[in-house]
Amino acid sequence: MSRILTALVLFALAAGTAAPAQAEPVVRIDDPNFSPLPIALAVPKGSTEPENDMGRKINEVVSNNLSRSGLFRTLDPATFIQRDGSEATAPQFSSWKSIGAQTLVTGRVFLRTNGDVRVEARVWDVSSGQQLLGRAFETRTNNWRRLAHKLSDAIYERITGEKGYFDTRVVYISEQGPAIKRVKRLAIMDQDGANNRFLTDGKNLVLTPRFSPSAQEITFLEYVNGRPRVYIMHIDTGRREIVGDFPGMTFAPRFSPDGNQIIMTLETGGNSEIYTMDLRTRTVKRLTNNPAIDTSPSFSPDGKRITFNSDRSGRQKIYVMNADGTGVTRISNRPGRYATPVWSPRGDLIAFTKMQGGTFYIGVMRPDGEGERILTRGFLAEGPTWAPNGRVLMYFKQSRGGQAQLYTIDLTGRNERQVPTPSGASDPAWSPLLVR
Amino acid sequence: MRTRAVIALIAIAIFSVGCSYDKKEPENNTRATDTSRPNPKVSWSDFTNSSRNGYSDRVFFAFDQHDLDTGARGTVEAWAAWLKAHDGARILVEGHCDERGTREYNLALGARRANAIRDYLIALGVPATRIRTVSYGKERPAVAGADEEAWAKNRRGVAKPSGSGS
Repeated sequence: MSRILTALVLFALAAGTAAPAQAEPVVRIDDPNFSPLPIALAVPKGSTEPENDMGRKINEVVSNNLSRSGLFRTLDPATFIQRDGSEATAPQFSSWKSIGAQTLVTGRVFLRTNGDVRVEARVWDVSSGQQLLGRAFETRTNNWRRLAHKLSDAIYERITGEKGYFDTRVVYISEQGPAIKRVKRLAIMDQDGANNRFLTDGKNLVLTPRFSPSAQEITFLEYVNGRPRVYIMHIDTGRREIVGDFPGMTFAPRFSPDGNQIIMTLETGGNSEIYTMDLRTRTVKRLTNNPAIDTSPSFSPDGKRITFNSDRSGRQKIYVMNADGTGVTRISNRPGRYATPVWSPRGDLIAFTKMQGGTFYIGVMRPDGEGERILTRGFLAEGPTWAPNGRVLMYFKQSRGGQAQLYTIDLTGRNERQVPTPSGASDPAWSPLLVR
Repeated sequence: MRTRAVIALIAIAIFSVGCSYDKKEPENNTRATDTSRPNPKVSWSDFTNSSRNGYSDRVFFAFDQHDLDTGARGTVEAWAAWLKAHDGARILVEGHCDERGTREYNLALGARRANAIRDYLIALGVPATRIRTVSYGKERPAVAGADEEAWAKNRRGVAKPSGSGS
């Protein structure tokens, strides 16, 4: 195993007390009466000052992750009664109970001579004193943020019974300068806004980046010599290549769920149609054939169906078709213009942008068009992207005359939060859970 | 600066000649230049210089529409005349949208607008090989502002000469 690529090594920790046989979720987050779970995050304890520093930094990232999710209420460390480090080995549950904690996380942190950091974390049910989870995480010290995200995911998964989404990244378009001279750059960051990095220099206009299923590449639109075409960039090397050789504008690209195809729009003579290109064989296939605008295609997670945007009825509406282009069905049947459909990674919902009466909305509907729910609205709100667990959406939003910014919201419509970025930001795309 | 001034003077001189040549009847208007129309033989920048009563380098569209109204057709007809007077000239037609649509749809809509202009130029006899189109969607507004006045100015098709002869 390459030490550079191996981000994290995980170990199961033996339970301090009898662990439950089955890891039942602690809270039911889809309960309409759900309220955020009060959780106490004790700072992982070290035996040297650098170790305790590291413990504090990791604790801060975990705390930020869990509270931003809206499912947890992280308790103020100033209220902690047991905070001399003894909680790391012997939590006094009555004292944690008295400050209102339902769940307690404790841990120990070690900085090893080989440059690794190790955290041994335990999640406790305060009322019973039972250990819900014991796990160790180890990685290179400069990779500590990912360790904190993995720990956050472990806590989230144990408590909610759902997959986490904290060890992920976001690609987006960074926006700088006034509207008529806007500079747009491809940027990538951790889902919490840390480790922001620019992937292009702003000379060329770039738009709509999306991750490959491996999270190693992105596909996006770039104007090279004034010609808008779809490109693929390998994130680590920065190497990029054009997708296909088409006579007109190619745009609105996404990867297929298996990563083998790009689905996108090709415009010729003013008519936009949806195409796929196989990245191995270079085979190009046209899926739509209609004088209307057909664009913004997105595969279902099983790769069998495609949702897309078309104005073939006279206005922008959302459609679903089979992966071979047959069986086109309109699914949005309410008034208003509907756009940017994106299939949930769980397959159960399609997120969209809706425009009606001068307002933009972000919402979700089932793939049969039923069950439409609006989650948020704004002067401009556009381009939802799913967290890999299908519970949280990110999108961009702009007030009248304001700057576009990224936001997240829970699928329930609760907990809208701005994602910190160095400047204006649009076109976010959420990565799958990172593997390496 | 000096060369630019000289070019401008020459351009004005050519333009004036064109005006006097074009004038066919006495004008009631005391300012003769107000009613004169640009000569297609002048440079593109003079032909489309609105401060000298030239044709516009742009046409405008209604919300979510791409058809050319009477005024827009008149402007495109002038572009065709200019292109016919400049054998080697090529033209780039940009299609633009206001910010009240989604990004990808607007890229497609901008392409429709640019191609509506292209199709009309071809119908007027301009060879297709001399026209290139590009859509910028809502990415390159002409004016800042978040009201209908600004949006109306941003829903546009813009012609730019490219290649030799311009």
